[in-house]
Amino acid sequence: MAAITVENLTKKYGAQKALDNISFTVNKGEIVGFIGPNGAGKSTTMKILTSYMAPTSGKVLINDQEIEKQPISIKKKIGYLPENNPLYVDMAIGDYLKFCAQIQGVLKPEINSRIKNMIHICGLNPEKHKRINELSKGYRQRVGLAQALIHNPDILILDEPTTGLDPNQIIEIRNLIKDLGKEKTIMLSSHILPEVEAICDRIIIINHGRIVADNTFEAMKQMTSQHEILIIQIETKNVANLETELLSVPTVEHVKPIEGRTGFFEIKSKPGESSKKLIFNLCVKKKWYLLEMTSTKSRLEDVFREITL
Amino acid sequence: MKNIWIIAKREIASFFDSLIAYVIIIIFLGLSGFFTWLFGNNIFYQGQADLGMFFSIAYWTLFFFIPAITMRMLAEELKSGTFEMLSTKAVSDWQIVMGKFLACLILVGIALACTLPYYFTVNSLGSIDHGAVIGGYAGLLSVSAIYVSIGIFASSVTNNQIVAYLIALFISTFFHLLFDMLGEEFRGITGTVFDFLSARSHFDSLSRGIIDSRDLIYFLSLSYAGLLLARTILFKRIIKD
Repeated sequence: MAAITVENLTKKYGAQKALDNISFTVNKGEIVGFIGPNGAGKSTTMKILTSYMAPTSGKVLINDQEIEKQPISIKKKIGYLPENNPLYVDMAIGDYLKFCAQIQGVLKPEINSRIKNMIHICGLNPEKHKRINELSKGYRQRVGLAQALIHNPDILILDEPTTGLDPNQIIEIRNLIKDLGKEKTIMLSSHILPEVEAICDRIIIINHGRIVADNTFEAMKQMTSQHEILIIQIETKNVANLETELLSVPTVEHVKPIEGRTGFFEIKSKPGESSKKLIFNLCVKKKWYLLEMTSTKSRLEDVFREITL
Repeated sequence: MKNIWIIAKREIASFFDSLIAYVIIIIFLGLSGFFTWLFGNNIFYQGQADLGMFFSIAYWTLFFFIPAITMRMLAEELKSGTFEMLSTKAVSDWQIVMGKFLACLILVGIALACTLPYYFTVNSLGSIDHGAVIGGYAGLLSVSAIYVSIGIFASSVTNNQIVAYLIALFISTFFHLLFDMLGEEFRGITGTVFDFLSARSHFDSLSRGIIDSRDLIYFLSLSYAGLLLARTILFKRIIKD
């Protein structure tokens, strides 16, 4: 039984197709990253999954139940952090979390302990007596996360959960999500690709309302280019022919000087080839100083650009 | 059912937190007190142990104030996005609308309850008709219910609170005033229809202590209609195009 099943989902806003016949599944216990350029349809998909709006056509099943048939009981199983994290800003944190707990059907005797637990897990302790409009963005984000968790849902749908957080907070939230992922099913969208790479078991890439990739990151790396990319820095008195000389190396496919940094080049090798030793030998032969040679691992950014551009 | 109360409780707390409740109650009491006890055709001038003056004044004051109470109910939520957050929780649109309705009505009830000292005062000055007082308050609450439901509907069609206020006032004017005037202009069936639609006629009859099923039907069906419309507007996003 899959936690989330999406079948042939289409959403039109008037004449514009925001989602074009997409289908995917999220299995129980998985952490799935949902990435794509702005306007691709990520938030629209999440709004449909959480029953905020209905699709134009297609089906969504949560725990194998159609959301249309049992909206209220299914909503109790989902925790949602919307884009822009809307909150009742005039409420105090405790009151807001209490309201969320009550409305999600948390049993009365458990409410206070759950609130304390959420405040602890989301790191809200230092600010717990404040009203939400007195909090900084990072803390508001944590409150948003807390309200998504407070009823202990099986499924979390997080729309850009680390947006606007400082680097320290991002790491904390990232660890929190990884922790939660051990027991819960999580679907999150993010623009921070290294984060998606680090946390998610599987990645779905959406572009112009269509799913263009749905795989683990490792598999995606295999699918896209298998070029070795090196960053090298060469120091020499005679800079004129550097590029042509480098291109003459048989395994090199493309040489790109890095702008603004003299002597730096990005060397792309032919598929399956490595140019490291040949470049080293070339430098020795020409009496160039090879100051740096770094191999850049293919990153999700590269896969993303290749697929969506 | 419980959800309706949870939402209502939150809204009432928000009213008092944001001081809206205090401002409304104080101004309402100020105006009611001024015109009932001090100015012009007041109780002392009339010389009767009768709160009719107050009920007439409250009938007008509430007409202007209720759209101010209801204007942010849905408009603010739509604007700030909290409606999205709320509607993905285990609560139905209808419960949201009913909860807000209840909260506004309770606020009006609190404001009216603050005028109970008038009743005690007049009662000590002369023998007052208790039935008429109960009828008067019942009439005010019933009329308020209609204006609250109109106000909530108006709040659902825009995310601008001022527009919501104006729409609510505009629609309420018909029930508050215009149908009454039209009822007087026309004779025959048209006149009767307008008469029935006007809030004044039903309010007057309730104030006299008459409990007529027609009045109850009027108040209940109009209140329900306003809320149903509001919910329909909100529901549109859930209906597949």
